[in-house]
Amino acid sequence: MPDGASQLTTPADFAFAGYLARLADSHLVLGHRLSEWCGHGPVLEEDLALTNLALDCLGHATVLLRLLGQADGTGRDEDQLAYFREAVEFRNVLLVEQPNGDFARTIARVFLFAAYALPLYEQLQRSTDAALAAAATKFHPELRYHLRHAARWMLILGDGTDESHRRLQEAIDAWWPYTGELFALWPDDPALIERGLIPHPDRVRAAWEATITEVLGQARLARPVAGMHMLLGGPIGRHTETLGYLLAEMQIVARSFPGASW
Amino acid sequence: MSGAAASGEGPVWEVFVQEKAGDPHKHAGSVHAHDAEMALQHARDVYARRGQVASMWVVPHAAISASMPADNASFFDPADDKIYRLPAHYLSPASDRRR
Amino acid sequence: MTDPAADPVLQAFEARLAKGEKAEPKDRLPERYRRQLVRMMSQHAHSEIVGMLPEANWITRAPSLRRKIGLLAKVQDEAGHGLYLYSAAETLGVPRDELIDQLLTGKAKYSNIFNYPTLTWADIGMIGWLVDGAAIINQSMLAKCSYGPYVRAMIRICKEESFHMRQGYEMVTALARGTPAQQAMAQEALNRWWPPTLMMFGPPEEQSTNSEELVRWKVKLKSNDELRQTFVDQTVVQAQVLGLRIPDPDLRYDEDTKHWTIGPIDWQEFFAVIGGNGPCNRDRLRARREAHEDGAWVRAAAAAHAAKNPQVNA
Repeated sequence: MPDGASQLTTPADFAFAGYLARLADSHLVLGHRLSEWCGHGPVLEEDLALTNLALDCLGHATVLLRLLGQADGTGRDEDQLAYFREAVEFRNVLLVEQPNGDFARTIARVFLFAAYALPLYEQLQRSTDAALAAAATKFHPELRYHLRHAARWMLILGDGTDESHRRLQEAIDAWWPYTGELFALWPDDPALIERGLIPHPDRVRAAWEATITEVLGQARLARPVAGMHMLLGGPIGRHTETLGYLLAEMQIVARSFPGASW
Repeated sequence: MSGAAASGEGPVWEVFVQEKAGDPHKHAGSVHAHDAEMALQHARDVYARRGQVASMWVVPHAAISASMPADNASFFDPADDKIYRLPAHYLSPASDRRR
Repeated sequence: MTDPAADPVLQAFEARLAKGEKAEPKDRLPERYRRQLVRMMSQHAHSEIVGMLPEANWITRAPSLRRKIGLLAKVQDEAGHGLYLYSAAETLGVPRDELIDQLLTGKAKYSNIFNYPTLTWADIGMIGWLVDGAAIINQSMLAKCSYGPYVRAMIRICKEESFHMRQGYEMVTALARGTPAQQAMAQEALNRWWPPTLMMFGPPEEQSTNSEELVRWKVKLKSNDELRQTFVDQTVVQAQVLGLRIPDPDLRYDEDTKHWTIGPIDWQEFFAVIGGNGPCNRDRLRARREAHEDGAWVRAAAAAHAAKNPQVNA
């Protein structure tokens, strides 16, 4: 990094940077997955709706990656972070990197993630980091709409036809092992909680549980059995293989033209 | 509901948008949806993409009753031969104009 | 064609248009006018929807987050524009799923330009600059046409489209002022997109079957060649600013007419692509059909849910 860039940043706070990467990369990768739907939606109106969700996610990622480039002391901008890190440097949760699957999988994932992100950003509005708190205040109403839209489809698909009900139940079952990671407590987290930067995941989980119970009930869906083995690793860079392919596609142009600006 | 309800995409809903409080709701276009909540969400995603919305209505197209252009001559009085509805038809004390 | 004097509906209709009045859905409209408008508006809608595909192709590879977001918003606008245009066509009594069915079964046409492939990132810039630049010229004309719902859709579309061409030109500017590799990519893309963009306005009128009637009914207010000339004049200057070469050895400025003249256009290629033999015709329709078929169970679920819960319907 040139000296000028690093002088603009505060001293590196690696624990906080790691947490910001968890948030930023989760929004980036989910936004990328949702953007794959553009032009292929089940009805024209829903094509626009899914794209709005993708645009929000990518907007959130942009803001959070900028905060990350400050917190980690490197002064990297959002594009250096999105396009020039390797898969093992990404910190997104495993849930968001999985391929879209059908519309039921896509909606179920938006639902599970929004039901987590909404209470999370509600709490993050009170973060002792002013920039993160401001970002959370901006994201919060957008996430409320994500949950409203996804919950509506959960109800429609759960109640609609035998086929839609079956597909949605399969989607919930398939995503369930990835939900534990949303509330895992990683080694750096207790100190961040202590400093008032982030909420304790249990406080987010309580709100998530309430939403899940309500919507699964309305949609007549069975909640997967308790005690299922949960898959963990995204926030420490232990991903599934699919992330490498996603990044290869996302980063190809940026990496093929050294020194280019766009 | 009209026969269109049987269509895979659902019936047509007309969308009315109010840009800011105090303004009238104006017709913006239409969406297809199977129920009112989804019609409203679709209307939001289609017609509120560039902000500037204070309120939105969705109305099933089939619920609208419209006048027929062929009846216009008898149905809508031409305004210009009803001068007694125009303010200038009446005199104020200050006015010395005579009609 | 019917003689206007023998057809009172047609006579009354043409008299109204002559006074500069617009036609509205519930008016008594000549059957041919109705059919022409449904054909034009639905073709236009299909072009927006199929036109999403070559660009959406690059959303996942856009080289910066700003570009990714801008492109996504632009392709989304095209879905919106398709939606507005289907709505306008539906005012004449043809349901949207019937129109979409005409597209998927290959009965309806859409703009030829979307049967060409997007091979590099520079193609995305070219589509914005050239294809949207050409589209705006055509759409500004249609925004003054004789059918009210088409006019209203076009006014909304033109307002939203204004960012598309600027976005495209900005992208191409970044390439033209970028590294040698970026410049080469831009020139190569211009070489491929220039000829089919010129064809977007259609063949000269003597070869076009629909034009005379459309002009009389104020659906078309300018000839294909007039519109094409507007595009050429505007675009040649923009290319010069960027230092890009227009790939036409016959291109020259005519001092007398104050217009740029271009070399011959390969109309054989144009008709071959219309006939289904462009590089991407099959891929585009396959992608649309797959989306439609994959979405069938979703639409069925929404219909079934609404049928079980009539209270949520008006």
